[in-house]
Amino acid sequence: MSIVSKPQASGIEAPKRLDLRAAIGGGIFEYAPAPESVRPEIADQYGLFIGGSFVEPASGNHFATINPATEDTLCMVADACASDVDRAVQAARDALPAWAGLSGKDRGKYLFRLARRMQERARELAVLETLDGGKPIKESRDVDIPLAAAHFFYHAGWADKLKYALPGRTPQPIGVCGQIIPWNFPLMMMAWKIAPALACGNTVVLKPAETTSLTALRFAQICQEIGLPKGVVNIVTGAGETGKAMVEHDGIDKIAFTGSTAVGKAIAKTVASTKKKLTLELGGKSANIIFEDASLDQAIEGIIEGIYFNQGHVCCAGSRLFVQESILDRVVDKLTDRMSTLRVGDPMDKNTDVGAINSKEQLGSIEKYLSTGENEGAVKHDVCQSTLPDKGYWCKPCFYTGVQPSHTIAREEIFGPVLAVMSFRTPDEAISRANNSPYGLAAGVWTDKGSKIFDVAKKLDAGIVWLNTYNKFDPTSPFGGYKESGFGREGGRHGLMAYCK
Amino acid sequence: MSERLPIIKTYKLAIGGKFPRSESGRTIEVHDSSQSLVAHVCQGSRKDLRNAVEVASKAQSGWANATAYLRGQVLYRLAEMMEGKRLELANAIGEGGEDEVNAAIDRVVHYAGWTDKYAQVMGGTNPVAGPYHNFTIPFAMGAVGVIAPDEPSLLGLVSLVMPVIAAGNACVVLASEKNPVPAMILSEAIATSDLPGGIINMLSGYRDELMEHFSSHRELIAIHAAGVSDEHRTLLRLGAADNLKRVTVRDDVDFFDEAACEGPDWMDPFIEFKTIWHPSAV
Repeated sequence: MSIVSKPQASGIEAPKRLDLRAAIGGGIFEYAPAPESVRPEIADQYGLFIGGSFVEPASGNHFATINPATEDTLCMVADACASDVDRAVQAARDALPAWAGLSGKDRGKYLFRLARRMQERARELAVLETLDGGKPIKESRDVDIPLAAAHFFYHAGWADKLKYALPGRTPQPIGVCGQIIPWNFPLMMMAWKIAPALACGNTVVLKPAETTSLTALRFAQICQEIGLPKGVVNIVTGAGETGKAMVEHDGIDKIAFTGSTAVGKAIAKTVASTKKKLTLELGGKSANIIFEDASLDQAIEGIIEGIYFNQGHVCCAGSRLFVQESILDRVVDKLTDRMSTLRVGDPMDKNTDVGAINSKEQLGSIEKYLSTGENEGAVKHDVCQSTLPDKGYWCKPCFYTGVQPSHTIAREEIFGPVLAVMSFRTPDEAISRANNSPYGLAAGVWTDKGSKIFDVAKKLDAGIVWLNTYNKFDPTSPFGGYKESGFGREGGRHGLMAYCK
Repeated sequence: MSERLPIIKTYKLAIGGKFPRSESGRTIEVHDSSQSLVAHVCQGSRKDLRNAVEVASKAQSGWANATAYLRGQVLYRLAEMMEGKRLELANAIGEGGEDEVNAAIDRVVHYAGWTDKYAQVMGGTNPVAGPYHNFTIPFAMGAVGVIAPDEPSLLGLVSLVMPVIAAGNACVVLASEKNPVPAMILSEAIATSDLPGGIINMLSGYRDELMEHFSSHRELIAIHAAGVSDEHRTLLRLGAADNLKRVTVRDDVDFFDEAACEGPDWMDPFIEFKTIWHPSAV
């Protein structure tokens, strides 16, 4: 197949850019399908992982977990009620003295074993993650699973070095940790929670999100496989009621929650009258600021990475784009160009850039924001040219211009592939508008001017600031937000403080 | 010769470097151990608190953006001013006052020295697996509410305030309900130090009246409290459910124990860590 050639000499007309865009995105040059072929074994039904074994829920109730790209049921998952949570907490409590009393070196070795088995079973985990959650296989394969394993590897090494991590303190485990995680990065969020907790000598009861339980249950099998002492990790599946039972349980010493700000506040309220410790990693409406002296092509890639990565189901997504006025038209034009080539569709296809929306409920929520955006007067740019599959939950990536700071789509977290584009004139204006939000999770800044980039970075109220890059994660790099984006950090030396007394 | 008739002072609130009376016009009598009237203090109101938070928020960024060296010198200057008021402070405390004042001044000196060190101890570079320069820096949070314990009224207050402001925050303090006078004398030392107005604002008043307003004020990003009842602790922690306030309540602290009350751990709850990434490949 030939590629579109460059104009050779005057008189030969160059292909128009719009034609090129149509050719790539519109079907002339189709990519051949490149499906991931591994199909991991999935049982018909899963129990709860309590005290080292899979057990049936007290109620006998199970719920279906589906593939959001096909709407097919993958299997049935146990619905844990308060008495199941109680059993899990008891198992964690029983396991605590021995686990906390183990030498740091031996705790570390268990974590190293977990990391190794996760790496060895990475492909299976990646496919499961994509089947259950809808994210593109290339993201599960290249981001979620490797980072999850790396998180265990990193924290394994901390287990016998805690006294160096927290100078002036004699670190002690907090006890039994109740951990509640979201559906956007299921295994990675699980690793962010379990790895530091275990390294510091705590035992855990973890609840995955109800739409994405499968990789956590597969991790439970890995715990069995590597001989992790029984009860150190307990996994209870279920929805909000299960989480509520954990938050209210007296036997839990600490709650770690990642999810929406509304639920985070409700949890804070519930534990206010107790001595439970709390860390919260909540929502965001992060600003991505493009100055006129930025490397534009790189910035465009950063915008794409910032908001369309993982269908925009990212708490730190760069969902508010602030572009310096002088380059607004060029950025909109280039963004339109780039987005027309984004491939939306089968998450199991290795070419897919944007996969399925995680659930019907989430799709409904995003669609509501889409209509609010237009009703409030913003202009929607539907520039994605992919053809969507007939079944499953899909949302074409899009962006809005003509957005006012007061618009709902500029204020609220949409958690979907939707970008609000706004302009600014001076650095001060960009900073004050970026900071004008109750959230403060992340921010991006794009400019080639060194002193400016550090000045702006210093003044942004955000726990993570990506300069000339976006959405990068690493186990050594603390993650967490300012203001209503929560408190506490996950990862790095700082993340350990949340799991030690 | 008849005994001299003493002048009974009314200690005013300290807000934004000024000494206003409570807008409510209310005062509280303060008695010594023999139950004789020694002074009046203002009975701070919700509106006084709101005024104080407003000036604290405005003043905070200037303080945080001052160089760490300057902040250290300013706080050391505060210790110098306290040294000059040692007797007055000790008398206001009563029995054991001198030891408490000494400990309080030493605590100020301790935290004065942290301003240009905690970023190195608590921040750092992170060796990420990729071509990025990645580092974590501590930043101040904003305006912080401080609920001082009843006792030790001066040392407890200083131990709660210093880690907050050494980290670049501003604060609004509710002084000991039992003996607010040392706190109010401290305000006079603060006013004559080089600390910018609005960084330490001092209120006297009743906990039962003011605690809920500390808890619910949305411009207060954190709370540092000690010696509070279970009921007040719950009330403060409910603030976390409102604007995600960072609430730290110190339990059973011996404020005279240096090892227990000094160090960057005490600053940690009033710091936001910012992690910055930049590509380092060409």
